[in-house]
Amino acid sequence: MVTGQGYKGSEDYIASKPLMEIVNVSIALGKPLVIKGEPGTGKTLLAHSISNALNKKLLIWNIKSTTKAKDGLYVYDTVQRLNDARFKDKDISDIRQYIKMGKLGQAFKSDEQVVLLIDEIDKADVEFPNDLLNELDEMSFHIPELDEEVKAKHRPVVIITSNSEKELPDAFLRRCVFHYIEFPDEEMMEKIVRVHYADIENKLLREAIKRFYWIRDVDGLRKKPSTSELIDWIKALMIGGISTDKIASEIPFLGAILKNEQDTSRFIRLSQAQGGGFGFKRRF
Amino acid sequence: MFTDFFYLLRKKGVPVTVTEWVSFIEALYKGYFQSSLNHLYYVGRAFLVKSEAFYDMFDQAFQEYFGGIKTEGPELDKVLEWLENPLHRLPKMTPEEIAEFQQKLEAFKKEHNMDELMKQFMERLKEQKERHDGGAKWIGTGGTSPFGAYGYHPGGIRIGGESWMQSAAKVAEERRFRNYRNDIILDVRQTKMALKKLRELKREGAQEELDIDETIDKTAKEGGEIELIFNRSRENTVRIILLMDTGGSMLPYTELCERLFSAASQMEHFKEFKYYFFHNCIYQDVYEDIANYKRVPTEKLFSQFHKGYKVVLVGDARMAYSELFDVNGCIDYFSSNDKPGIEWLIKIKQHFPHSVWLNPTHKNFWGHYTVDTIGKVFPMFELTLDGLKDAIKALTSKAKPSALN
Repeated sequence: MVTGQGYKGSEDYIASKPLMEIVNVSIALGKPLVIKGEPGTGKTLLAHSISNALNKKLLIWNIKSTTKAKDGLYVYDTVQRLNDARFKDKDISDIRQYIKMGKLGQAFKSDEQVVLLIDEIDKADVEFPNDLLNELDEMSFHIPELDEEVKAKHRPVVIITSNSEKELPDAFLRRCVFHYIEFPDEEMMEKIVRVHYADIENKLLREAIKRFYWIRDVDGLRKKPSTSELIDWIKALMIGGISTDKIASEIPFLGAILKNEQDTSRFIRLSQAQGGGFGFKRRF
Repeated sequence: MFTDFFYLLRKKGVPVTVTEWVSFIEALYKGYFQSSLNHLYYVGRAFLVKSEAFYDMFDQAFQEYFGGIKTEGPELDKVLEWLENPLHRLPKMTPEEIAEFQQKLEAFKKEHNMDELMKQFMERLKEQKERHDGGAKWIGTGGTSPFGAYGYHPGGIRIGGESWMQSAAKVAEERRFRNYRNDIILDVRQTKMALKKLRELKREGAQEELDIDETIDKTAKEGGEIELIFNRSRENTVRIILLMDTGGSMLPYTELCERLFSAASQMEHFKEFKYYFFHNCIYQDVYEDIANYKRVPTEKLFSQFHKGYKVVLVGDARMAYSELFDVNGCIDYFSSNDKPGIEWLIKIKQHFPHSVWLNPTHKNFWGHYTVDTIGKVFPMFELTLDGLKDAIKALTSKAKPSALN
């Protein structure tokens, strides 16, 4: 049984119960966990939290559009070696000094189990995940230059995040455990904000969250505000000493929530069309 | 165990593979689901469903398989069967445990008057119909409900009893993930994702990749004097022309088309992106700006853009017969055309072999003369995420998408 031990979230990260269970099961079965979700739902923070909670070292492999799968395993610095050969100021016979482990390589070679975060895997080329299939499956890879096998001493806890810019290949997903983090509901959001501002006044928090979800509900926004926008906005409200009533009647610092001019004007237009009041699509 | 659930998932359209199913069963045997429906829902889903697009189908299958206990009438038999025969739902039990369990179950049945139980059961069902709050009253699962006859304890193991945010059955029932389904909505982000597949990588731009083979070759030729050769990295070379119908019958689909348009125009992914508008059908002019009737001769498209451009036409393809086949059939009274629309369409297809037609109306409504005709000129796809994917496949395939006939 998993419950009662293992990952339970950490002080600075609120994980939903299903997510905790899934994290524990994927650790127990040694399968990579793919996390998807809207921006600001804490995909990346999850890995940090697991690393903190389980007291394991965290290795982060940030993926960019130019990242190649091989970069994560090892890099053979040919240019350096050629250069050294040219000026003959170094012994170049030991190829080992030109082989540098990538993040995945480091995770495999580590003497203790680590948490490996492969962040924003969808940024890379569509074929990228497929190039890692075998390595993640077997937790080992071969370095032809040395004719050596790098095998994981301890299967790392692999957390992979994706913003769904590109869909991940089926063959890759089949080997992973998958979880889609839903946008937190209001209750959850209260807890999340409290992690950031422990001493926030109840009334202000409730009202701000109420407003926030209501803005998120406006149809046709290009970018729905996410958790980080709410956190910033609440900070602004607190610093500005805005009273709760004011949040209810108007929306101060709208720019902290809606960061795109079209969204702002759409929002204002819609609210004015309703006779000045914010009476459209009421949820509350 | 559960194998029929596997088939049910597949029937509902969740692409579960045997590999995934085996991992799931493995987890099941190792006891990770704790024979709770909540674990089964969330953790099971993590193993079996790999895209939020299929969460809705999973919910439906889950609801059908495990939650088919809230409706009255014919479903009732199923419920009773389900309550009577809970054993096949229990993971990880030794024969002794099963025997013990059965014994307890019998005792439980004896202890409770079955008729009374049935009566209460019916009441609960009614109540359940009014408020689906899961929790302790959920029939067949609730910990405090005497109806949850399956589990390690004959009194039933809880679902809502644990402090889960919501009971699995309720989540499944709510079908909160309906919006993530592929075949329903096309939002800007999803459209962008689909459009990203539209690419052709060619080596262009700055030379920044070391070409080892060339470097070695060159170095050897220079007699050991090291010469580093760099290559260009690969870039997307796709050029797109979007032609959009803004005719009256397209009005209901304006928003859908806007989404496609904003997705395409926001993408910095294409080498070039051009767009023009037309009204019902294309004649000698297309519009750069429909509101101001700023025209561009269609011929100019042919002279300005080479045949490598990929053309996407968006429209319902539904118009009067004359608009497509007659000289001066154009719907705008101030406009005239000396060639029928169909000729222009064929010209476009001939000049741009890689062209497709996206139709925002449902396939079921395509049975119209002009739709059929245009469908013979351009391969036609629904303007849904799935349709878009197929269209992109057709556009990027090496062979020309279905030729004129």
